[in-house]
Amino acid sequence: MMNIDVQTLIPMFVALPLGMSLLIQLVARRRQVLAEVLAIIAMLALMLMSCYAIGNNGIYHLGGWPTPVGIDMRLDDLAILLLLVVNVVGLAVALYSVDYMRRFTARSHFYGLFLLMVTGMNGVVLAGDLFNLYVFLEVAAIASYSLVAFGCAHEELEASFKYIVLGSLSSALILTGVALVYGITGTLNLAHIASRIAQTGMDAPLLLAFGLFICGFSFKSALVPFHAWLPDAHPSAPAPVSAMLSGVLIKAIGIYVLARLAFNVFGVTENELSMLRWLGLLSMVVGGFLAAGQKDIKRLFAYSSISQVGFMVLGLGLGSPLGLVGALYHLVNHALFKSLLFLNAGAVEYATGTRNLNKLGGLNRSLPVTGATSLIGSMSIAGIPPFSGFWSKLIIVLACIEGGFYGFGVAAVLVSIVTLAYQLKVQRMAFFASLPEALHGLRREPPMMALAMILLALGCIALSFVVITGLRDPWLISAAQQVLTMGVFK
Amino acid sequence: MIYSLCLLLILIGLYGVVVSRQTLKIVVSLLIMNHGVHLLLLLIGYRQGGSPPIVDPGSVISEFASGAVDPLPQALVLTSIVIGLGVLALMVALCVRLYERYGTFDVTEIRRLRG
Repeated sequence: MMNIDVQTLIPMFVALPLGMSLLIQLVARRRQVLAEVLAIIAMLALMLMSCYAIGNNGIYHLGGWPTPVGIDMRLDDLAILLLLVVNVVGLAVALYSVDYMRRFTARSHFYGLFLLMVTGMNGVVLAGDLFNLYVFLEVAAIASYSLVAFGCAHEELEASFKYIVLGSLSSALILTGVALVYGITGTLNLAHIASRIAQTGMDAPLLLAFGLFICGFSFKSALVPFHAWLPDAHPSAPAPVSAMLSGVLIKAIGIYVLARLAFNVFGVTENELSMLRWLGLLSMVVGGFLAAGQKDIKRLFAYSSISQVGFMVLGLGLGSPLGLVGALYHLVNHALFKSLLFLNAGAVEYATGTRNLNKLGGLNRSLPVTGATSLIGSMSIAGIPPFSGFWSKLIIVLACIEGGFYGFGVAAVLVSIVTLAYQLKVQRMAFFASLPEALHGLRREPPMMALAMILLALGCIALSFVVITGLRDPWLISAAQQVLTMGVFK
Repeated sequence: MIYSLCLLLILIGLYGVVVSRQTLKIVVSLLIMNHGVHLLLLLIGYRQGGSPPIVDPGSVISEFASGAVDPLPQALVLTSIVIGLGVLALMVALCVRLYERYGTFDVTEIRRLRG
């Protein structure tokens, strides 16, 4: 293992899940168990590979062609951070799906699409040029459209149609931006675009392209004026898919690309930063208040995702090193605890058959693992001191104060109080109150589901220690530094 | 001038997506919008009176490069059309499934999700 060159590992992040998803379609039609085994093996290998890549940077030239002619894949610390998040959450979700997806037919299709989505996200994170980024983004998006509609019930089809229309609209905006950038700079390589823009500065067509990118990727990451599809699509999907969508998809193809383009390629000015800040503030506040009024447990978590994404974009919009660290830390935290919470919601739905908070209650007794892990997830997202969410929100608030944006800091604190309120509502109505008559005699959660939830809960707890220990230096801080100093993009 | 026609095509598509009530009309509008973008991409690589970007043996590369149209956008558009085909197939399949469930193509009647 130790003598594998990271350079040769880079394309495997895309090739392995892609090949595996095809293999599953070929061999697992008749024996669905094979699909589960192959998917878990693939995700385990991907997770080990992303752990192995920590601290290694590199550029892979596809087919050996040098940079201006060929296609690059670039691995830097920010990419590694995202790869870790995608593949760790992906592994937990693959484990969880084993029991959860038993209810559905054609599980081999589910795993195939799931691995395609992972392919797309890994590809977006590693892509070194704008057009490949667009292609991988579409791969992830198309897989997620069909995964949202996987159950083929009324709500799922409706949500998926809404998602696919808005998704293709945003993809068209992004492609227009790609066309403009190519027309102006004459190159698609991110590093070359960056150096061209650094020489000539931003002119009006480039600003238009940047605006199109901000609109397009705000759609993908569901910032507030562009969020209409998320509260339908995320709750309607099967729970493992919701966990993937809310946990990593909106970050890998939304926030990550926004950060990459804004900081590394176009270079930010005060105007653009303030736009990001206001987008963040709006999503944070609107998402938070809409979440508080929800009765459907998954819909509540979906609105909460909008609100938490707002925190990250606010952190990015501050433009300071501290703000970036906060944003990236919150991104990692949110990926773990939001996918955990969606898996919890799935376990509740699996056991009781309902997602309506009014019909639930007292589940701590019948679903002990779900209760305990959801408490960890809730406390993390609400920002209760020893848990990870507290530290990341604290860093973002401190960065607001450091940058002199006191209003934004106060808003962030208030929204985290709202977050605490709705998470306590979920805990009280679903897990703590007395058990309704209808829910007596529930069976406990199946072992693989419990295992996945425990894994993610342990991850949440482990992330709480990142601020204290020496882990943050090689991992979090260097990722933030590379965003600012452009890392291998120079 | 000709770029603004692309913009017009994109805007017609956008208008169609916003105002149509039929799922299939929305799909067609999206298609129009997508093709507007494809045309824009193609035009960016176009050169008035340019030669096809195929190198003959024995031609001088620098001369060829100053006379040929840019082949890269054509490759991009091909890729993008294939992606568009995938999305289109999925969208039409969704429309058919929606019709099976709801018995209508009218988006104002397909609304169980709210809140």
